[in-house]
Amino acid sequence: MFIKHETIEKNAFLLLVFTLLTIAVGGIVEVIPLFTIETTVEHVKGVRPYSPLESRGRDIYVREGCYVCHSQQVRALRDEVERYGHYSIAAESMFDHPFQWGSKRIGPDLARVGGKYSSDWHYAHLMNAQSVVPESLMPHYAFLAQTPLDTGDLVRRIKAQRMVGVPYTDDQVANAAADLKAQADPAADNAALLRRYPKAVTVPGDGRSVTELDALVAYLQVLGTMVNFADPANEKPRQ
Amino acid sequence: MPTKIEKDSISGQLTTGHEWDGIKELNRPLPKWWVYIFVATVIWSGVYFVLYPSIPGISGYFHGLLGYSTRDTVEADVAAVVKQRSVYMDRIAALPYDAIRRDRQLLAVAETAGRIVFADNCQPCHGAGGGGSPGFPALAAGNWLWGGKLADIETSIVFGIRGGHDNARQSAMPRFGVDAMLKPDEIQAVADHVMVLYGKSTVGSPAGAKIFAENCVACHGDAGQGNREVGGPRLASRTHLNADDRATVVGQIANPRMGVMPHWNTRLDQATIKSLTLYVHALGGGE
Amino acid sequence: MSDAAIQYNEDVVKKFVIAAIFWAVVAFLVGVVLAGQLAWPVANLGLPFTNFGRLRPVHTSAAIFAFGGSALFATSFYIVQRTCRARLFGGEALANFIFWGYQFFIVMAALSYVMGFSQGQEYAEPEWHLDLFLTLIWVLYGVVFIGTVLMRKEPHIYVANWFFIAMILTIAVLHLGNNSAMPVSLFTAKSYNVASGVQNAMIQWWYGHNAVGFFLTAGFLGMMYYFIPKASGRPIYSYRISIVHFWSLVFMYIWAGPHHLHYTALPDWTQTLGMAFSIMLWMPSWGGMINGIMTLSGAWDKLRTDAGLRFSVTAVGFYGMSTFEGPVMSIRGVNALSHYTDWGIGHVHSGALGWVAFISFGALYYLVPVLWKRERLYSQKLAAWHFWIATLGIVLYITSMWVAGIMQGLMWRAYDQFGFLQYSFSESVMAVHPYYVIRFTGGVFFLLGSLIMVYNMIQTVRSPTTARPAAEPQTGLPIGTAMAGA
Ligand code: HEC
Ligand code: HEC
Ligand code: HEC
Ligand code: HEM
Ligand code: HEM
Ligand SMILES: [Ca+2]
Ligand SMILES: [Ca+2]
Ligand SMILES: [Cu+2]
Repeated sequence: MFIKHETIEKNAFLLLVFTLLTIAVGGIVEVIPLFTIETTVEHVKGVRPYSPLESRGRDIYVREGCYVCHSQQVRALRDEVERYGHYSIAAESMFDHPFQWGSKRIGPDLARVGGKYSSDWHYAHLMNAQSVVPESLMPHYAFLAQTPLDTGDLVRRIKAQRMVGVPYTDDQVANAAADLKAQADPAADNAALLRRYPKAVTVPGDGRSVTELDALVAYLQVLGTMVNFADPANEKPRQ
Repeated sequence: MPTKIEKDSISGQLTTGHEWDGIKELNRPLPKWWVYIFVATVIWSGVYFVLYPSIPGISGYFHGLLGYSTRDTVEADVAAVVKQRSVYMDRIAALPYDAIRRDRQLLAVAETAGRIVFADNCQPCHGAGGGGSPGFPALAAGNWLWGGKLADIETSIVFGIRGGHDNARQSAMPRFGVDAMLKPDEIQAVADHVMVLYGKSTVGSPAGAKIFAENCVACHGDAGQGNREVGGPRLASRTHLNADDRATVVGQIANPRMGVMPHWNTRLDQATIKSLTLYVHALGGGE
Repeated sequence: MSDAAIQYNEDVVKKFVIAAIFWAVVAFLVGVVLAGQLAWPVANLGLPFTNFGRLRPVHTSAAIFAFGGSALFATSFYIVQRTCRARLFGGEALANFIFWGYQFFIVMAALSYVMGFSQGQEYAEPEWHLDLFLTLIWVLYGVVFIGTVLMRKEPHIYVANWFFIAMILTIAVLHLGNNSAMPVSLFTAKSYNVASGVQNAMIQWWYGHNAVGFFLTAGFLGMMYYFIPKASGRPIYSYRISIVHFWSLVFMYIWAGPHHLHYTALPDWTQTLGMAFSIMLWMPSWGGMINGIMTLSGAWDKLRTDAGLRFSVTAVGFYGMSTFEGPVMSIRGVNALSHYTDWGIGHVHSGALGWVAFISFGALYYLVPVLWKRERLYSQKLAAWHFWIATLGIVLYITSMWVAGIMQGLMWRAYDQFGFLQYSFSESVMAVHPYYVIRFTGGVFFLLGSLIMVYNMIQTVRSPTTARPAAEPQTGLPIGTAMAGA
């Protein structure tokens, strides 16, 4: 050995510095290139920031800890692709702060659940999962339907996301409140909403008081729908 | 004071001569097997790095000599299983339903394929075995909203119902209560009549029957037999789309639920949809 | 110079010992509740603050940070003073501030989860203001610990302290790296992570895996390196293993994070690195096991009489097992099956119950009589009961999870004779029910065992008859400042 271990062993400062250097290597080599290698996040069409209602729904998804039971990541394995659909690509979660890929499947993967069920079904299921799926292990989230969605800091939330890199436009920020209302009211005119957020699914709220459940369902309904894998331009997204 | 190297009487090893709160250390050499395995794992990793995508740079990474890619692999795997199944699935896609049903083996394949797709995609709404749950029709009961022939079922699956697809089946029951088309007592009366049609009551309501004849027969038939043209459910039945208590019926008349059935043509391929159709048809209600 | 001259700060150690015992019971209890909820979902009660999604982080944080953390603070403060022959740096007040600050953090974190605050990243769920507060506590901990090491009267730093230093340093780096977030405003708890998507995933598992590597492994190895030689009265098996396994462990652990992300949208090259380094991690991990178990050679008979030592040694056995299982699960082909299943949960708890909890029990059984100046434990027999009941609990827990996990993995990928998926997801949910009941039973045993320990500890402290004579018997010889030969 080029340096006697004794030396380190007798000098707390050296021990500290060497340990720091030792642990720095792996982290640097594995993390930094993910930011600099340009193909890490694939170039595909369709990925957009979450609409205000979806984004608030996502906050609730994070808060309730749905990720402890559900993954949002279809792994590149034959059976997963067959069961859940196209494997997940990095671009699909590029605006996810934080990512919600999960590490355990007590329930099924949700990466492509958008459009798979009706919003109605999601309400029924989230209120009381066993009423529609008797074998389900899911808790009841009826309390979300009784909790009005807090939209007081909506704009601040959107701006905070913009600061960490989600490309919300000024137009989107300015219309956040209106877009949120439009998405929670089937009777509302949603042309502007769809222009700003293509494929946003209007949820059957009553248009007056938006609940946390409305927001959560709007979020679930967009999952996995942004990228159209049938589009030839998006074929074989490579890293 | 000098370091005090001692000999441990039990193992015969020397200590390092240091001591902390009575703890000493033996200066025993590294176990050989341990070093060998360690070195072996390091060599193995080195080889692995050469063969597979591994070392990154700032703008790219070493792709490995084998040219391995997880995504190529999974695409090949899926293609392989699709190819394996194409022996049957191509024929299922190409043949008309009656030809498939005449071929016992092909039918067995279709129903096997249909079973699992149903269980992962449809069962959450339509229940195990197509038993249904409130708001989501039973498919095994034979009480079809839109028709129980293979072609009807296929259309329901492919385009869905009120789900936003351009070709989706459409129909909407008027909101008699919300839009003030009927007064509350009229709704109560017609609900009485519906309860008779449901077979849950024998005390009808002449007023209700009259309202029914004026407002409902277009979709539900004069005797409540239903109208599949508009997906109007048969009311003269013991199985229902929604719960069959009076409160639900009143609710439905005042503010109909208008459930949505997603469309599946973007999620499932044609052969799978046909298999699913055959499976649903065989659940017990097929016509 | 004799140790009697140094007034060690044992007060803070005592406090952390009490906290560790308290949080152990809490963590196990919440674990049992969770296990019950998965076996019988009605136990979620339909309330916001009792549902599985909010309670699960309470369990993981209570187990790792509250119980594990308090045990680490207690033992590291105890060990560093003894092995450096120096009083804890910074004085009583600072030590007490760290104690109360850390307990405050834990309580606030748990409350915040049930009230609906979470950053949504496993093991890093506390929101940004709690993260900042924890940073303060942790930095002070580092100051006190390293300060004590600097004040030491021994020329050499003992191996246990290398591990504690590595833990303190690395956890600080990980914590700051993974928790960097943008608050919505200074007055709200909500924040958004700075990183997103695939980079966020990598950073999270760089953190998550090394929380295992440096908190649940390095820290507890530090514990092992003191209590096993002390309780067995034998020298460390091999100083050279200590050196090699310390540096290789510290170097390689950091790389292994991507084994949590196999087959995901993380690029292939990163997955390769994660897998290979996990496999190279096998022997460095086993170096610790060898040094732990083989230190006993020549004193195996002590296992019959000292239940505390039996916990420690069994713990090292479980450590060896889960650090073999871990590299196996890191192999991509294996992970394809094991990931997302209960196999992972089995692996976690063979590490968590078998290694982390058992090595802590061993330390606690040693420490309580010493700290409260009692001659011996109230009852070795009760400790033996604890040992066997807890071991039975672990066996039920991990075997049921292995079976459940492998079954899930196989069912999810099973194909029938025509090449179609054979089972629906919900069939796999129904199939694991019996194993969830068995796991629940195992958890109840483990909890019962810990209650026996609580009783035993209370009785030990309460029985003045066993009071120790003035000072602890000195086994070691005084050591000067001279260089070692080697
Ligand atoms: C205790 C575990 C658990 C928690 C927590 C949980 N789920 Fe589930 N979830 C399940 C299980 C099991 C299923 C499968 C059975 C079913 O469909 O209910 C499921 C199914 C689902 C489905 C249907 C997926 C499909 O493709 O069939 C959705 C959507 C869903 N959950 C959303 C959520 C959301 C949103 C949350 C948080 C607010 C949540 N879940 C929390 C266990 C859980
Ligand atoms: C989100 C819930 C949902 C899912 C998932 C779903 N359905 Fe439906 N389905 C419905 C509803 C609601 C209706 C009735 C719509 C109406 O009122 O006309 C329906 C109607 C149908 C009908 C027509 C029934 C009739 O009486 O005419 C068929 C056939 C059908 N579904 C088959 C399927 C199949 C096959 C699948 C899976 C690929 C599936 N459904 C998935 C909700 C669902
Ligand atoms: C324009 C067509 C239309 C008219 C007019 C109409 N309905 Fe309906 N009705 C439907 C459709 C379509 C459904 C099923 C859709 C749904 O709610 O999911 C339905 C469902 C129902 C149901 C629930 C059936 C079940 O199986 O649960 C009842 C009860 C009912 N209608 C009663 C009435 C009464 C009473 C009137 C008149 C006052 C009426 N409907 C007028 C189209 C109509
Ligand atoms: C050489 C040592 C080890 C290696 C290589 C290793 C490897 C792994 C792997 C491959 C997984 C599964 C990842 C997944 O599929 O999601 C895992 C999960 C885990 N391991 Fe280990 N393991 C090791 C030691 C330990 C030890 C000693 C503990 C102590 C408690 C531990 C605690 C955990 C935890 C808590 C998880 C769960 C992470 C999650 O939330 O998903 N591991 N480990
Ligand atoms: C009585 C004892 C215990 C019981 C009954 C228990 C039960 C559970 C349950 C039911 C889960 C959730 C599993 C799932 O989501 O499928 C869990 C997760 C977890 N527990 Fe425990 N637990 C116990 C003790 C411990 C201890 C002592 C520790 C750590 C020192 C611990 C660490 C963890 C971790 C890290 C997870 C998350 C695993 C993952 O995400 O992969 N548990 N526990
Ligand atoms: Ca996990
Ligand atoms: Ca945090
Ligand atoms: Cu790991």
